[in-house]
Amino acid sequence: MSSPRDVVITGIGLVSSLGEGPDAHWQKLAQPGLQPVIEAARFAPYTVHPLPEIDWNLQIAKRGDQRQMETWQRLGTYAAGLALDDAGIKGNDELCTTMDMVVAAGGGERDEAVDAAILAASESRNDRDVLLNEKLTTELRPTLFLAQLSNLLAGNISIVHKVTGSSRTFMGEEGAGVAAVETAAARIRSGQSTHILVGGAFQTEHSDMLLGYELAGYLHRGPWKPVWQRQGAEGGGLVSGSGGAFLVLEQREHAESRGRKIYAELGPVVSGRARRSRGELDAEIAALLKQAALPSRKLLALSGASGAHTATSAEKAALDANPAISARGFATLTGHMKEAQFPFAVALAALAVDRKAAYPVFDAATEKPFEGIPQTVLATAIGYHQFEGMALVNAA
Amino acid sequence: MANLRDHMGRPIVAVTGIGVVTSLGIGKADNWAALTSGKSGIHPITRFPVDHLNTRISGMVDFLDSSSKGASLLTYELAETAANEAVAESGLDSNDFGGPLFLASPPVELDWHDRFSLYNSDGQGAGAERLLRVARGLKETDTFATTQFGAIADRLADRFGTRGLPITLSTACASGATAIQLGVEAIRRGECDRALSIGADGSATAEALIRFSLLSALSTHNDIPEKASKPFSKDRDGFVLAEGSGALVLESLEAALARGASVLGILRGCGEKADDFHRTRSKPDGSPAIAAVRAALADAGLSKDEIDYVNAHGTSTPENDKMEHLSLSTVFGERIGSMPVSSNKSMIGHTLSAAGAVEAAFSLMTMRESVIPPTINYDNPDPAIVLDVVPNKKRNAEVGTVLSNSFGFGGQNTCLVMAREPV
Repeated sequence: MSSPRDVVITGIGLVSSLGEGPDAHWQKLAQPGLQPVIEAARFAPYTVHPLPEIDWNLQIAKRGDQRQMETWQRLGTYAAGLALDDAGIKGNDELCTTMDMVVAAGGGERDEAVDAAILAASESRNDRDVLLNEKLTTELRPTLFLAQLSNLLAGNISIVHKVTGSSRTFMGEEGAGVAAVETAAARIRSGQSTHILVGGAFQTEHSDMLLGYELAGYLHRGPWKPVWQRQGAEGGGLVSGSGGAFLVLEQREHAESRGRKIYAELGPVVSGRARRSRGELDAEIAALLKQAALPSRKLLALSGASGAHTATSAEKAALDANPAISARGFATLTGHMKEAQFPFAVALAALAVDRKAAYPVFDAATEKPFEGIPQTVLATAIGYHQFEGMALVNAA
Repeated sequence: MANLRDHMGRPIVAVTGIGVVTSLGIGKADNWAALTSGKSGIHPITRFPVDHLNTRISGMVDFLDSSSKGASLLTYELAETAANEAVAESGLDSNDFGGPLFLASPPVELDWHDRFSLYNSDGQGAGAERLLRVARGLKETDTFATTQFGAIADRLADRFGTRGLPITLSTACASGATAIQLGVEAIRRGECDRALSIGADGSATAEALIRFSLLSALSTHNDIPEKASKPFSKDRDGFVLAEGSGALVLESLEAALARGASVLGILRGCGEKADDFHRTRSKPDGSPAIAAVRAALADAGLSKDEIDYVNAHGTSTPENDKMEHLSLSTVFGERIGSMPVSSNKSMIGHTLSAAGAVEAAFSLMTMRESVIPPTINYDNPDPAIVLDVVPNKKRNAEVGTVLSNSFGFGGQNTCLVMAREPV
């Protein structure tokens, strides 16, 4: 039964190595046997899924605004603009000034050249703290700080797209994306908000972004493999990708009153924090699946699995244990997009529901076909290191 | 029987525990004694060399075990210390808190000391390529943890036994207030009976100082450190970078009364409004800050005449104080000239991600103690800012309601309204 306070998805903005926008993603992902776009040389021995060519002017009209951002913020602002356009909100002052926003963010790009110069100089200096002061005071671009601040992705979205109802930034890898969607949905269901922009972006083509994974050995090395097939291969199993995903979530009544197309209804969003060092991950995933109240019929699942060995094998085991579930590990084709991973999973789930068709297998060796029309689709993000979340996305 | 629902039929949110750490000390007692005697915590920087730096003073917290161990460990210890005080005061189980955690903390980055140490542990190759190669051979994950944005909250969740996925957030200098707002909203939605909201910031590294300095945001009055932070003064020249933490145990009034807890104050309302004008400057007409104040009043169900005192954002930057005066005088009209408005930052500096939580803690104490902490260093009033800033000396006054402002880079504006009694 639909209710006026249901949370519905009325806008989707996507960017990944596969292209931009929901249509481009659907067309690509619906092709059986689609090959991923990968870049294996630039960061060898690591493979990444790079950004496609983007004409930033299409969503960030002012060059001055573009110059104030580095790629991560531009990417997020761009993807947010796509979602606003898609929902018919962009340029509508009344809707933008009352729109709430929750952004899942990490940090922005450091100046690699300045860092490399300081590190090189540190080899011959013992007064490294003085070296730091000397170099940073003279070589840092003043505005770069703003391009690095986590909450300035939201800040730029306010400036460029005029979304100013409220602005909150959640941090914490995949968990930030989960909490952002979960909180946004809860605010709409309780009547605290009528329409919310929620999402995130990740720009992996920067050494620090790889370092953030590799300090614990999470990155896959050697020849690329599908996300489910990296156990036992060299490295930690995770292949990252640049991309962004924003959703416009709206109260059903609000969307209907302005006559908008509804992609899907967002059902339960559940989250958890397994104490993984105590071996709680398997039980936590099982508990979340139960809490999400999966329907008894066959179910398509858009898995955000990263490839990280422990988390990915735990998730695979849990999904395989339920014969009704046909999982699609989309990181095979997009790479792992950290804070954007869960919003991306929800967006792909909404697209399948809207197009009334399942995605073909992304990995013929491990995934099984899904026949028929998916009425409900599961979206997951089991963090490569910590935090877990899932959502059910239902036909509108 | 107290009314348990507010003017909109939502559960009333009570505060049952308060914790705080600033450069003035650990805990409410030490902080309150210093704050009400007009003592400044601003001092010369000793944590790192100050060669080449234009600003050589701060309100760093230098007396904790982790004070010299990097931003991540210090932020954790600050958060843990304040939360421990708050949870202990609430009488709840400090290992099994049983409600969600909302943590306002600074964005994390690999500390330069770790960067140097990784880099120089190997002589081959250069730059990022060398760092990545060394990284994948590491046998420990402590360094990794300092680069994960969710790691501090994860550790706090273990320490206090909070429930579910902890939320780590940043709304720049409004973060601490946002953490409280998220807790209030969760209780009002009926998702939980209690929440732990913390703002903590131990990120005053050399690089952080230099970054703010390059944006001309910091005071360079180095000679007499305790005089550098002078909100609303004519010669104010920037904020003083500082560290600290504030923690509140929030509980539905109903749950608090049911278990016989002492109610320390009421979180009556929260309001926010984003600014789309500029990354670091606010809209010249102050409309977003004005809207945030009005939203907080409306959420609290109070009229502008029902606010007794304003705990100002009052950073001591030329821009903030001017804009804050404009917004307050717009909202409160002529009454603003006779309403006490003071800035804790005159004594503790700007604790960034923690500020909203630290200042909420002090706002609650202001009501409980019937003493308004002063704005110190108010020797040259800015003639364009006509406010009763409670100059230089504390004031005894009955305070039943407080508005606490937090405004930040990226157009973040969040205001909290607190009350002494549930009404």
